[in-house]
Amino acid sequence: MAVKQVSINMNIITSPLFLQLLVGILIGLGAGYLGSFMIMKRMSLVGDVISHVALPGIAIAIILEINPFFGAFTALFLAIVGIWFLERRTELSSETLVGIFFALSLALGILITPEPELLEALFGDITKIRPIDALITFALTAIVLFTMFRIYRELTISIISKQLAQSMGINVSKISFLFLLLVAAIVAIGLKVTGVFLMGALVIVPAAAAKNISIGLTRFTKLAALFGGISALGGILFANYFNLHPGPIVVLASGVIFLLTLLFRK
Amino acid sequence: MANQETILTVENLGVKFDNNEVLKGLNFFVQKGDVLAIVGPNGAGKSVLFRALLGLVPYSGKIYWSPKLKVGYVPQKFNIDKDLPLSVEEFLKFKEKNLDKIIGVLKSVGITDEHHIEHHVLKQRIGWLSGGQIQRILIAWSILDNPDVLLFDEPTAGIDVGGEETIYNLLKKLKNERGFTIILISHDLNIVYKYANNVICVNKEMVCYGEPSTVLDPASLAKLYGGEASFYKHEHNN
Repeated sequence: MAVKQVSINMNIITSPLFLQLLVGILIGLGAGYLGSFMIMKRMSLVGDVISHVALPGIAIAIILEINPFFGAFTALFLAIVGIWFLERRTELSSETLVGIFFALSLALGILITPEPELLEALFGDITKIRPIDALITFALTAIVLFTMFRIYRELTISIISKQLAQSMGINVSKISFLFLLLVAAIVAIGLKVTGVFLMGALVIVPAAAAKNISIGLTRFTKLAALFGGISALGGILFANYFNLHPGPIVVLASGVIFLLTLLFRK
Repeated sequence: MANQETILTVENLGVKFDNNEVLKGLNFFVQKGDVLAIVGPNGAGKSVLFRALLGLVPYSGKIYWSPKLKVGYVPQKFNIDKDLPLSVEEFLKFKEKNLDKIIGVLKSVGITDEHHIEHHVLKQRIGWLSGGQIQRILIAWSILDNPDVLLFDEPTAGIDVGGEETIYNLLKKLKNERGFTIILISHDLNIVYKYANNVICVNKEMVCYGEPSTVLDPASLAKLYGGEASFYKHEHNN
């Protein structure tokens, strides 16, 4: 009896839908949570389009026959180093440069990504998730959330006032770099769910929705994570039921949450 | 005055950014209980002087703080977005977890009604407060850990005239109650006359240093502000 029970559980755990939901929800949680700080840093545009930068990296990885995750992460890492330098050099927002540079890398990426892989890279395909992906996602999301737990106080004070943070001995540029690195990591693992085009939306939209109905930081960040997770859960189930592509549905689900929160705006 | 304890001595202080001299040859000292005002035109290096005093920028020369001195700092740049989701309570708890202590400090910055504090201040988004209220919250933040010295960078920037007066009266009250030493940057010479017992005029170099009534003469104001001197003089004669 007991043996049978275990084997049923194992079937559930390795079933494609369970894996999709697990990976999707974890990424939704992580992306939503980080997104709340991206919004506070007034980096919504960066958050929204940062995923575009991953495409040339994916293309080069495919051409070199290495795991596309590493190509994507490398490209995203270079992008965040660029943003970090811009942040350090000027106090102004770097929106224009980001807009131009990220769009160009998308164009370049589309050009050099081999045709058969292009669609998957652009829109993601969570149905191809394997148990090992779930394991990597779980480990990375845990690292991201743990690191955020350690740095969110310093990060928030740095966002409010760089000078105030520095006077308290906070290394503002180190904290900012660490945070952007976490964003790059979440976006890189999230590409499987929503693809290059839409992963940024999963960072920004749930957090924007949470902001509509929050006064304080704790509620804002927790709701952002929750909305990210719910978007993934709802989107994947809906797509699975109606046999649709999950990536766009997940993002649309977060859009529906955003519209609902507008009704209860604070 | 002479038997007071000197808590800060600055000797031949200079700051350079990329070979560009921002400050040079500053010499002054601060005694316990002083209110020292730093005045000067925009871009004169006043905020840089603060950053040097806090050890946030590299400098040449000497800055001696008395040992074990706790310094509180209220920065000028505090660009809270109106819609930043951060409540006053969350902000203050970044520094002090004890709510009773927070309420106590809010009372000493002039937000006295406990019901008002709990229901309308602590749970409020910090960006929804008025400029004057944000300033009080910042002052509360800076005195939460009982500092000996307070550094204020333009404490009343962005506050209407009536509010300015209130903030300075508050600083004066806190100084009397808690025995702080205050170093503040101000653009308003009226305030300097009224509240400071010492003033340094800075425009890259030290243009004047001493008691406001003796050192803020037309000649040093002309040197400090150039062509604008007559305007400034006129303003404080009103």
